[in-house]
Amino acid sequence: MNSLVQLAAEGEVAAATGITAYAWLLVGLPLLGAALLLVGGRVTNAWGHLLATALSWASFVLGFLIVLAMAGRGTEERAAHVGGWNWVPAGQFQLETGLLIDQLSIAFVLLITFVGSLIHVYSIGYMEHDADRRKFFAYLNLFVASMLLLVLADSYLLLFVGWEGVGLASYLLIGFWNHNPAYATAANKAFFVNRVGDVGMSVAIMVMFFTFGAVDFETVHAGAAEAGSTAMTVLGLLLLLGACAKSAQFPLQSWLGDAMAGPTPVSALIHAATMVTAGVYLIVRSHTIFNAAPNAQLAVAVVGAITLLYGAIVGCAKDDIKKALAASTMSQIGYMMLAAGLGPVGYAFAIFHLVTHGFFKAGMFLGAGSVMHGMNDQVNMRRFGGLSSAMKITWVTFGLGWLAILGVPPFSGFWSKDKIIESAFIGEGWRPWVFGFVALIGAGITAFYMSRLFFMTFHGKKRWVDAREGEPEYHPHESPLTMTVPMIVLAVGSGVLGLALSWGGTFSHWLEPVVGEHGDEHPVLAVPVIMGLTLLLVAGGAAYAWMLYWRDTVPETAPRGSLLTQAARADLYQDAINEGLFMRPGTHLTRALVFTDGKGVDGVTGSLAASIGGASSRLRRLQTGYARSYALTMLTGVVVVLGALWVMN
Amino acid sequence: MTALMPTAFEAVTVDYAAVAPMLIVVGAALVGVLAEAFAPRLRRHAIQVGLALAALVASFAFLALVSVDHHTVTAGGSIAIDGPALFLQGGLLIFAILGVLTMSERFGGRSADAFTPMGAATPGSPAESAADRAGYATSEAFPLTMFAVFGMLMFVSANDLITMFVALEVLSLPLYVLTGLARRRRLLSQEASLKYFILGAFSSAFFLFGAALLYGYAGSSDLADIATAITTANSAYEGLLLPGVVLVLIGLLFKIGAVPFHSWTPDAYQGAPSPVTGFMAAATKLAAFGAILRFTYVGVESSRLEWRLGVAAIAVLTMVVGAVLSVTQTDIKRLLAYSSVAHAGFILVGVLAFDVTGVSGVMFYLLAYGLATIAAFAIVALVRSGGSEATHLSQWAGLGRNHPVVAGIFALLLLAFAGIPLTSGFTAKFAAFAPAIAHGGLAGVVMVVVGVLASAVTAFVYFRLIVLMYFTEPTGDKVVALTPSIASTIAITVGALGTVILGVVPGPILDLAGRVSQFIQ
Repeated sequence: MNSLVQLAAEGEVAAATGITAYAWLLVGLPLLGAALLLVGGRVTNAWGHLLATALSWASFVLGFLIVLAMAGRGTEERAAHVGGWNWVPAGQFQLETGLLIDQLSIAFVLLITFVGSLIHVYSIGYMEHDADRRKFFAYLNLFVASMLLLVLADSYLLLFVGWEGVGLASYLLIGFWNHNPAYATAANKAFFVNRVGDVGMSVAIMVMFFTFGAVDFETVHAGAAEAGSTAMTVLGLLLLLGACAKSAQFPLQSWLGDAMAGPTPVSALIHAATMVTAGVYLIVRSHTIFNAAPNAQLAVAVVGAITLLYGAIVGCAKDDIKKALAASTMSQIGYMMLAAGLGPVGYAFAIFHLVTHGFFKAGMFLGAGSVMHGMNDQVNMRRFGGLSSAMKITWVTFGLGWLAILGVPPFSGFWSKDKIIESAFIGEGWRPWVFGFVALIGAGITAFYMSRLFFMTFHGKKRWVDAREGEPEYHPHESPLTMTVPMIVLAVGSGVLGLALSWGGTFSHWLEPVVGEHGDEHPVLAVPVIMGLTLLLVAGGAAYAWMLYWRDTVPETAPRGSLLTQAARADLYQDAINEGLFMRPGTHLTRALVFTDGKGVDGVTGSLAASIGGASSRLRRLQTGYARSYALTMLTGVVVVLGALWVMN
Repeated sequence: MTALMPTAFEAVTVDYAAVAPMLIVVGAALVGVLAEAFAPRLRRHAIQVGLALAALVASFAFLALVSVDHHTVTAGGSIAIDGPALFLQGGLLIFAILGVLTMSERFGGRSADAFTPMGAATPGSPAESAADRAGYATSEAFPLTMFAVFGMLMFVSANDLITMFVALEVLSLPLYVLTGLARRRRLLSQEASLKYFILGAFSSAFFLFGAALLYGYAGSSDLADIATAITTANSAYEGLLLPGVVLVLIGLLFKIGAVPFHSWTPDAYQGAPSPVTGFMAAATKLAAFGAILRFTYVGVESSRLEWRLGVAAIAVLTMVVGAVLSVTQTDIKRLLAYSSVAHAGFILVGVLAFDVTGVSGVMFYLLAYGLATIAAFAIVALVRSGGSEATHLSQWAGLGRNHPVVAGIFALLLLAFAGIPLTSGFTAKFAAFAPAIAHGGLAGVVMVVVGVLASAVTAFVYFRLIVLMYFTEPTGDKVVALTPSIASTIAITVGALGTVILGVVPGPILDLAGRVSQFIQ
């Protein structure tokens, strides 16, 4: 591609040398694992899961060596380019692809391979008795490989390959227990919502190709500033559409809660730590485009702000521990989106929060999995309570994650989330006030719902002691070591990672060559005031949760609740809205189809498609089956074409 | 051909090395007719299949080894053997080999399973059942296929409108007959055949009328002469050009199933025996696009500004209607038919780029689509319920559980139709769309955007089918996938492997298509 020639001339991104030249193995090793396990079949049943885990760790070790080599070089020479695989040599449209190893992508590599490997280890215990364990590990490896490809790609097209790959892996893993029709439906929903995002991505790639004649980051980013703000706004909004679907942001958030049907390690890896944050990565990676399109940037911030409140409100009413965590993930990614939408001042903090969140949220999901493991796969928190005595390690590790997400100093979340709240107060006009207070209030609500979750599960009265009719007796017990060790490691991360990475602004400086520097801006409120307000709200939220869910008795069946509670419990009627806006018009027509009745794609999954289905049914009536009417159609076509051309000329 | 009639009949010189692949095929077709008359009935199937395969392989070998060095315009200017012609003929021969392999599938019976034992018998009549009991076979299907292949080979290399018309009829007539020969649901099959024939005749009339108008305009039916007449603008009948071009194009667009000339597609695809449908979808589309490319790039390119927008509108309409209508289909063969309509629209986008990269992109797309399509219809022929093909979508529910390999390959092919990266569908879409964006101006961009949106809609359809195969409970019917013979297995394997290879390492074939994308006149 011509851009590579330019690169070599400008000497901006040098070809990789030394250990970095082997970066393709980062993707290659887990991909090999997936292939071996899927092709090898039953032969690999006995040791397949160990191989998959080993290959994932190998990828991490390689990533770690690469980051060491990178840190050893000067700031300007850290980025490196690997490969140059001539993928689609279509005449002058040479489509060359390679891997870009820079500060941003390598940070993701470490997060993905480290958390991913821990979750591999955890799954050895969690999936021990599953008949399809080998397949599960193959999918996990496939996911890790695709996710690494997504972040290491040097062009939007290769990124898109990874983007589809993680979608596929996530689809396979959500529907892993597809003998349960509800789970399979959840997988479908995730897939269809993501198709909407994929359309955004593919149109964006086409627009790039049209505007810049290339789709690699280097050329696109070099041309973004001069390309005119209209084109960049269109491009930015299209990318945002893709990001919204992948990261479960408003208005494409509906799939995440249902995706919790997958095995818990999957929720931890894909729906908390890595895949759902791909949208944030995409925005930050495309920062030059958004810098050139202030309106698209504002849209990012608005989407983030709406989603962070949306997720927080929904999280307050959920009784299913995994769905409450899913709502929280949505809300936390809303914070990252908001930061990414603030421009240069926020990019580094968006990624910083993404990393710390990857640790503490994955840790909490694994904790939830451990609780379910000890409680016969019960997920209803109203049937928990007082588990701290029965599962000490789970309680402590979950507690650290809880402190981190609340933003209690000195735990991880404090360092990343507070920075986002501060940055949200920077700016002019109405924006700092609106975004700042949304972020601030969000922190208070977060404290409430996360404390609610924590107290309902681990403290208060033991509500599982007297078994209900039809339920087996509960014997909560601590999980095996393969499960607790990863939880402990992640809990340590939740504890200290934030402080370690923000010490002296290490992480921000590390990312600076990629996302650009920003000036010394001051928030509209003094920093200590913001910090004080935040801590006050957090303490208030936690205390209120303590009153309701620890001190008072939690009713075992959910009370009716206020209108807002009812709305939140129903995900703020997202499915009803999707249905009313997109689906209803076509439903009665598509119902004619046998296979959409009942399960499958009926229900909310169809949404947009159903209205196309309506149009389709109407059009279909033209296909009468009579040769005479076909001939008439043809003749009409001929007359219209000839007539139109005659008029035009 | 010139405007003046030759005073005396002169024998034209023919470069036999260049046209030998066609002659081998037509020769085999004629021998096949003789075999049908003289060979013992019970051995005809083996003889016909062997003969057809041997001739096709020989033709391909000759093409690849000898004809490639004979770029020429021969037979009095009526046949042009150039890069695109050779590439497309090679593709056609591959499709024909795979098509014959799938048509020869017997599932352990005595004759080809897809074809009725006696085409002339009334459906359900005693004659039919007697023929069935006696183990009769419609082995004339194979010579018919060979005649169709001959017509297609000539179609992509036809350098004047008369030759093109003859080729069009030679390829169409056998296909009409083949469409009506299905063993099961024969009434549907015969109805499809008749509709295809009537509408095909209708469209041929348009083609012929257009050719006559162009002859009136240029004083010649030779594509090169028409091109010269347009550039020198010395015709006395200027007004004949545009209607002539449009009517010829309509005749050709009918064959690819462009909207609004597509109505035959779903009926014919559904009624025809599945292996024939696969062959027809892949090979006819390739041949017709070959002719469209030659007609528009060699013949009337200079006048394109006058009619390009009209064809662009047809491309947009084709993509939209094909995609939208595929949503409500409940029959797998009709669904694939509408998908083929949408694909025809995608390919038209590449044609309208009017650049050599457009030619190579279109040729690559045709190859990728054809391989996937033949394999897909071969699989459709395997999935049975109570002895006949289980074509209703609801019958495909849960297929992935009982027949993971069949469902897996079908899912792969669907992903390719949807244009997912790392399958041939993605590379093909890229190769066809990129030139349209680069050289097509605003209309090109609009077409590509519509194309992307339409492929999103069709992707929904394909994913729904995958979901159905893997995540839905099977319905009451007992649906099984038969174990194919070695012949069908080869065809399906080649189709699936081609789909993966053209997606992962498309380089060599794209290179080849790029090197041979220049027409000669």
